[in-house]
Amino acid sequence: MLSKNKNNNSTKIPLLEVRDLTKVFGTLKANDKINLKIEKGEIHALLGENGAGKSTLVKMLYGSLQPTSGKIFWKAEPVSMLSPFQARATGVGMVFQHFSLFESLTVADNIVLSLGPEYSVEQVARDAEKLSADYGLPLKADSIIGDLSVGERQRVEIVRCLLQNPQLIILDEPTSVLTPQEADNLFVTLKRLRNEGRSILYISHRLDEVQKLCDKATILRNGKWISECIPKKETAASLATMMVGEDIADIKRTNSKSKKQRDVLLSVNDANLEQDNPFAVELKNIHLEIRSGEIVGIAGVAGNGQNELFSLLSGEATTPKNAISIRGKQVGNLDVNERRQLGAAFVPEERLGHGAVPNAALTQNMILTRHQSDKVAFKKYGAIGYIWQEMVTKATKRVCDIMDVRKAGEDPVAGSLSGGNLQKFIMGRELDRQPSVFVVNQPTWGVDAGAAQRIRQTMIDLAKSGSAVLVISQDLDEILEMSDRIVVMHEGTLIEAGPAHSITREHIGLLMGGMGQQTSTTDTANKGATNAS
Amino acid sequence: MFGFSLDVWISIIISVCAASTPLLLAATGELIVERSGVLNLGVEGMMIMGAVAGFSAAQLSGSPYVGALIAVFAGAIFSLLFGFLTLTLVANQVATGLALTILGLGLSGMIGEGFVGQPGIKMLPIEIPLLSDIPIIGKILFGQDIIFYTSILLVFAVGWFLFKTKAGLQLRSVGDNHTSAHALGINVIKTRYLAVMFGGACAGLAGAHLSLVYVPQWVEGMTAGRGWIALALVVFSSWRPMRLLVGAYLFGAVTIAQFHVQALGIGIPAQFLTSLPYIATIIVLVIIARNRRMTMINTPASLGKSFVPDR
Repeated sequence: MLSKNKNNNSTKIPLLEVRDLTKVFGTLKANDKINLKIEKGEIHALLGENGAGKSTLVKMLYGSLQPTSGKIFWKAEPVSMLSPFQARATGVGMVFQHFSLFESLTVADNIVLSLGPEYSVEQVARDAEKLSADYGLPLKADSIIGDLSVGERQRVEIVRCLLQNPQLIILDEPTSVLTPQEADNLFVTLKRLRNEGRSILYISHRLDEVQKLCDKATILRNGKWISECIPKKETAASLATMMVGEDIADIKRTNSKSKKQRDVLLSVNDANLEQDNPFAVELKNIHLEIRSGEIVGIAGVAGNGQNELFSLLSGEATTPKNAISIRGKQVGNLDVNERRQLGAAFVPEERLGHGAVPNAALTQNMILTRHQSDKVAFKKYGAIGYIWQEMVTKATKRVCDIMDVRKAGEDPVAGSLSGGNLQKFIMGRELDRQPSVFVVNQPTWGVDAGAAQRIRQTMIDLAKSGSAVLVISQDLDEILEMSDRIVVMHEGTLIEAGPAHSITREHIGLLMGGMGQQTSTTDTANKGATNAS
Repeated sequence: MFGFSLDVWISIIISVCAASTPLLLAATGELIVERSGVLNLGVEGMMIMGAVAGFSAAQLSGSPYVGALIAVFAGAIFSLLFGFLTLTLVANQVATGLALTILGLGLSGMIGEGFVGQPGIKMLPIEIPLLSDIPIIGKILFGQDIIFYTSILLVFAVGWFLFKTKAGLQLRSVGDNHTSAHALGINVIKTRYLAVMFGGACAGLAGAHLSLVYVPQWVEGMTAGRGWIALALVVFSSWRPMRLLVGAYLFGAVTIAQFHVQALGIGIPAQFLTSLPYIATIIVLVIIARNRRMTMINTPASLGKSFVPDR
């Protein structure tokens, strides 16, 4: 297999070529005459906003959707990918964005499901552990997927794909949940795969990554092919412009240098949270203070207690009364709605099922979260609490307009929105109340660049207007871009990293890896750390 | 104990086996159906169709074995109706299942009208040579009818299938997350059709056990809620075949205990014993629900959800 790949005769013929591929859903042209050419041994980026048609294109390449018209060529031979089985047999492997893993099954079970009948679970378990160790993606084959963090699940997806020995690997947003170090490891892996003669189709919103890693890029917008370019010859700004069709406004922020002592709006004082199940992270001695006008970013690798911290702050988990204060009032024992009534707002990581009910309409989702905090606006007839549909509809429309939520129909179910648009809706729903304390977990996970920028800007504007904002994110760029102060979460504890302007990426990376206390890489980081402590 | 002699005890245990076998069979079938993510509440209806088909086929052919075979087919074909409505036409599974039960009860009454009161042909025990001569357990384990043997073998076979074979893994994956299974190229609809038909066949055989072994007669509505107990049993077992085996015999024993408790004049109301299987199921549900991980590992996450593939 490898020797065949090294045969350079075939480099003239593209490994995969797509001509005029079109997919129509009802009246919507999700893909309109898309062209794509991937050479052997190349990392090819597929860039585009959410809803640009990347997923549709990739699903057709992987055989889970059939094109309406157009042709796919594999090594210059026309092929039709009728099923994922056939795509895999041809040599296409896929790492999904929304993990297609089975929660109740083990790692080995999940992998064996995608392989041919000749593989046994025991054999796959051995192969997977060996391969994952080889590529620096450690995994235990008998873990149940439901117990794994998002980052670990992605490893399963990648290992599963690699075990099929594909010639073309499609990766959908692979680094969105990784630390910078983990992402660097992944890049090493990807480059190694390229040097083995494999091709990679790399979908990402992170332009710097695309520039660093990819040899070519194809850009889609609104279901149409826009251009093919060499990312190293472009600037991040020019790539972004091709992607969204207009210049993205840089985030505007006023440097909140005015260090006059503002009010503490959210404080956590020695809060602890025990594990409620053996797979949760125990929170230990959490101390945190956020002042009016301040944005605090919590960085950390997935599964270090971020979700537990979020539920502690939102009131999904309760603590002794004095452990948490919102605007000076002790709220440790209050539930979510009671905290919301004090002017706090919370946006959890999971959009579907936690942040919104997938099968309920947007207006229904609106009333579900705000029926207590906005009961004056949304309900009438006093104690009866009759829902004032007109007001709810109006508020929903306002949120959708302000946040530019793109949706099909007047009031669709939340689950039908694309990830970015739903996140914009959820953020807008909370921001619409002008909360004085705003806690958000993973605000832009899986959201395209344009929408992400908009979401970040709204949080910065909120802080500017005097609210306290806490951003929990695994996206370090986001944390660095937005925060006034950075705190790192590691194994259930918070480590103060210091003000954002005096801290280096490496230093945060080390803290995230739990090596913060003994080593300080640079002077500035050192200063940042001592300043904070 | 209770003044019963050993022989009486053996006959009580054999009657427990007879009461448990239809529960075990129907529940084994439903376990496979639910593991594939389909909730078929029509077990009672499929069972009684099996009972009437088995009885009438036995009467007409003169052989209880032909009857049992026909019952298996009747159950499977009746379940196809459910499959067509819920899997192809994507109707609501709960409503369709309930409708299947009501239809089955009515249709079986109509088909069986001419057979009411006729003496049935009882399927005789097959004593396995040598093994059935073992004292006490020989008679219980190796001196029974073929449906009993089938039910025991089947539950072990299902356990092996689900957890040791690739097809079983695929079935569980469809029940866990049908979207992902589809994305991997597993034929979700076909898998579910096969599972539903297996469930129907098992329920049919369970019905045949009632009309050919347990009662040997046709009586309208003779399943008397056993389909519902089988459904409860699947939940009680938390979708695990070995627990299902234990549960079926526990529930069967409770059914038999009702008669003896009354005969012995023990002051437990019979109604309480009748309701025990359901109470036990509720307790198990509460225990499962308290533990997130137990729910995650055991409950088919797609249970009762309709699957519509991408256009």
